[in-house]
Amino acid sequence: MLRIRIFPIVIFAVIIIFFPLIARIIPGIGNYPDLMVFAGIYCLITIGLSLLMGYAGQISLGQAAFFGIGAYVSGILTATYGLNPWLCMVFGMIIAALVAVIVGVPSLKLHGHYLAMATLAFGIIVFIIFNEEVEWTGGPDGLIGIPVLSVFGFQFDTLEKYYYLVWFFVFAVFIFTINLIQSRSGRALRAIHASEAASNAMGINVSRFKIMVFVYSAILAALAGSLYAHYLNFINPATFDLFFSIKLLIMIALGGMHEIWGAIIGAFLITFLSFEWLHFFEEFEVIVYGFILLVVTIFLPHGLVGIPHIIKDWLRR
Amino acid sequence: MPKKFVLIATVFLLCMGVVIAPALADSYKVGAVFSVTGRASFLGDPEKKTAVMLADEINKAGGINGKKLELIVYDDEGDATKTNLAVKKLISQDKVCVVIGPSLSGNSLAVVPLAEQLKTPLISAAASYKIVTDDAGKQRYWVFKVPQSDSMAVEAIYNHMKKKGIKKIAIISGTTGFGKSGQSELVRLAPQYGIEIIANESYGPKDTDMTAQLTKIKGTSPEAIVNWSIGPTQVTVLRNYRDLGMTSIPFYQSHGFGSKKNIELAAGAAEGVYTPLGACATPEALPADHPQKKVAMGYNQSYTAMYNEPVSTFGGHAWDSLSLAVDALKAVGCDRAKIRDYLENKKGFVGQHGVFNFSPNDHNGLVWQDAFNMIVVKNGDWAMAD
Amino acid sequence: MQEFTLTSQLVQYLITGLTIGSIYAMVAIGFNIIYNVTEIINLAQGEFVMLGGLIMVFLHVAAGLPLFLAFFMTVILVVLVGMLLDRLAIRPIRQPSVLTLIIATIAASIIIKGIAMFIWGKDPFDLPAFSGREPIQLMGAVIQPQYFWVGGFLIVVVVLLTLFFEKTIIGKAMSACADNPDAASLVGINVKHMILLSFCLSAAIGAVAGITVTPIALMEYDRGAMLAVKGFGAVVLGGLGSFPGAILGGLIMGTIESFGAGLVHSGYKDAFALIVLLAVLFFKPSGLLGSIEISKIKKF
Repeated sequence: MLRIRIFPIVIFAVIIIFFPLIARIIPGIGNYPDLMVFAGIYCLITIGLSLLMGYAGQISLGQAAFFGIGAYVSGILTATYGLNPWLCMVFGMIIAALVAVIVGVPSLKLHGHYLAMATLAFGIIVFIIFNEEVEWTGGPDGLIGIPVLSVFGFQFDTLEKYYYLVWFFVFAVFIFTINLIQSRSGRALRAIHASEAASNAMGINVSRFKIMVFVYSAILAALAGSLYAHYLNFINPATFDLFFSIKLLIMIALGGMHEIWGAIIGAFLITFLSFEWLHFFEEFEVIVYGFILLVVTIFLPHGLVGIPHIIKDWLRR
Repeated sequence: MPKKFVLIATVFLLCMGVVIAPALADSYKVGAVFSVTGRASFLGDPEKKTAVMLADEINKAGGINGKKLELIVYDDEGDATKTNLAVKKLISQDKVCVVIGPSLSGNSLAVVPLAEQLKTPLISAAASYKIVTDDAGKQRYWVFKVPQSDSMAVEAIYNHMKKKGIKKIAIISGTTGFGKSGQSELVRLAPQYGIEIIANESYGPKDTDMTAQLTKIKGTSPEAIVNWSIGPTQVTVLRNYRDLGMTSIPFYQSHGFGSKKNIELAAGAAEGVYTPLGACATPEALPADHPQKKVAMGYNQSYTAMYNEPVSTFGGHAWDSLSLAVDALKAVGCDRAKIRDYLENKKGFVGQHGVFNFSPNDHNGLVWQDAFNMIVVKNGDWAMAD
Repeated sequence: MQEFTLTSQLVQYLITGLTIGSIYAMVAIGFNIIYNVTEIINLAQGEFVMLGGLIMVFLHVAAGLPLFLAFFMTVILVVLVGMLLDRLAIRPIRQPSVLTLIIATIAASIIIKGIAMFIWGKDPFDLPAFSGREPIQLMGAVIQPQYFWVGGFLIVVVVLLTLFFEKTIIGKAMSACADNPDAASLVGINVKHMILLSFCLSAAIGAVAGITVTPIALMEYDRGAMLAVKGFGAVVLGGLGSFPGAILGGLIMGTIESFGAGLVHSGYKDAFALIVLLAVLFFKPSGLLGSIEISKIKKF
């Protein structure tokens, strides 16, 4: 967690690259690559959120709003106005960053549950705007006709192509974020999380760092939103509601808050649980989901990423 | 130690989800996506129940040309992402012959490109006309829908109002897809019937009280009120309307009101309320020579016998879409392109929500005069309105 | 129809706002009781309200028990659920951090909601109003008798709780735990029992809210989440941990929603209350009646 361990990243990259080929051969998991596209999109959001919560110690119950802002800016500007999708994606990230500054500056002075409520309120307000401004967003029935992404005529219009596109972004962001954590800024962040008072005394501009992390998490969420919009070619407000913000929180908590790997593991687990594995239980799906959540929370307070430590401790006995 | 066992047991149970389900040889597979749980469960729950019941009946009667009907139902929980995944899985992994559903307009719009891309016929159970009509006004090649468009329900209401000489109305709707679609159709079609909308209020699907909105409406003294929502809010609105002493103003509900449970829950406030309903919601009130009388009565009887609850008008959409799919399978077998052609040219199909006449220019197959009857609540039951 | 003047409209908005606000206030009080003793925000609070309504429907309507008895039994049953929540979801957690506890309560609310859906299905249910439905006129506005029951129970709850915390030994012990759990246990107070008791009280208050609001607004299995969010908003608005703050916060949120819907734009009514909440937080970070010292001591 303090040094970059290259080896796990390389292994992970190899698995990701070859997975679609494997999935075509092994029966029963043929639709897993499809799920992995969404898992990847969610990873982008959770990486940012993990930085915010695990390293800067701030809670956000409104990340779905930034996800939505990226999606709707991309969606509206490409579907209604026909602008270049990549430019729109960047534009979406800029807008998300601006909103993060506007909301973050007053909010990050709040503590604990007050901050949670402020981000929650912000998330709900943005959702209501998506839902009500029917002329721009299409309202609850959603926005259709969002075009596919393309580079020099090469269109990302099949599952496989999009899979590699999304995971390319995930790895890029993952490595960039790890570098960030290793840098001076990262050390400052960890200092802030440990003690704001001490950090202030040492001359770290605590507020500025908190805002920067918040903005970074917003930008990543917006990127994820744009990728989502161009994949489904359709978005509607229900995807960006409070329950999604809570789902993100669960991903972080289950995966493990204090390691970036936790963000990846959490996103994977929740994606597969809620989209696939629990279908078996049909009507009871929701209850099983709640139980799993409870069990992991009770037995694995540091998230799944803490399992290797638990096993190490157990073996030592 | 016992804690670790619990953990391992849970993981093991999860892995069971990956177990491959044995494919039934020699069967016709129909895939269905409904919003059985979540915010649209009032749609998907009766739809799933109806589809399962109907599939059962068909198989007991010998199946389709001797082959078993295998119905695969996925719950999208009202989430467009899940709808997308479910439809992809049904078409690519489960290799179904035809897909029925989804329940929601938004989610249907999300998967319409998939049907086109993967060349599989999709019979949606959702109402928006955009599902079958693309931006250029042409019908989407692979997509059909069975519910009446909201515009048809609105036309039924406005036609009734015109007969009664009503000119100034207030509308109130839910902020869901259903409510907003109705709201926009009400606004769009009003000028055609010489109707002026003097108040346009809304409320959330989980709101507990609409007195404020109704108070504002009361202040404008409208000649009639139209409410467009589903779920408990359409009952709460009625109760608030009665509590505020507004019962002298004629009240129209959307077609979402079509379940006797709603009359009960309104505790008397539904008396005299108008609503446009498809035949399946009011089978007893239909005259004996009505073309849909037989299928509507049959559906009602089987459903109430099996599930011990009144029929929901939305379940009828599942009946219509599955029956159409089965009809096509019977005629042409499991060939996706042939099924599509068959559906596109099907005429005179008697369903729960109308008599369908499909054509290359009309993948919905309904006109409002057939699809809706104007119903009024009399003595706690449905009656044809005059 | 007689003319419905602006004054009457305003009075109507106020009445509705106060009624809905009373429900939010009761949810908020429930949040505060648990928060004060444990620093946990119990996001399953809304489910207590839902269970209160649905269990009452079962006992009073389906099983036909008389109102008083059904009311009493419903509260007891919901209190049992509250106890289970503490025992099974909260207590087993070894290293409680605020986030872990929040997730645990979210998990609990998902499970409770799922079980409710299994038992009662997805349909809404109704309760007969306690004293009939004849509306009372006031300045041209209309009041349902059931509104008085809602407001009345809020007052009863507030009075009983105040007496409890200030006059009884157990109540004072709970307040001691809220101030300083370590000191409290040194003096011989069993903190674990106090926590259990706090869950029981919150559950009871939630149940009362659910029972009294169902005759007005019906009740179904998934109403809890929105109520929890708005109750939490009321808590934060009034100041976390502040008992009068919860009441004030709840009533203000309900009133803003009502006036916002009536006078401005009903689609955005939830947004208005939240915007006011944000505005208050940005100027007074610890809520209207909360105190800054307390908010800084409590961690996370």
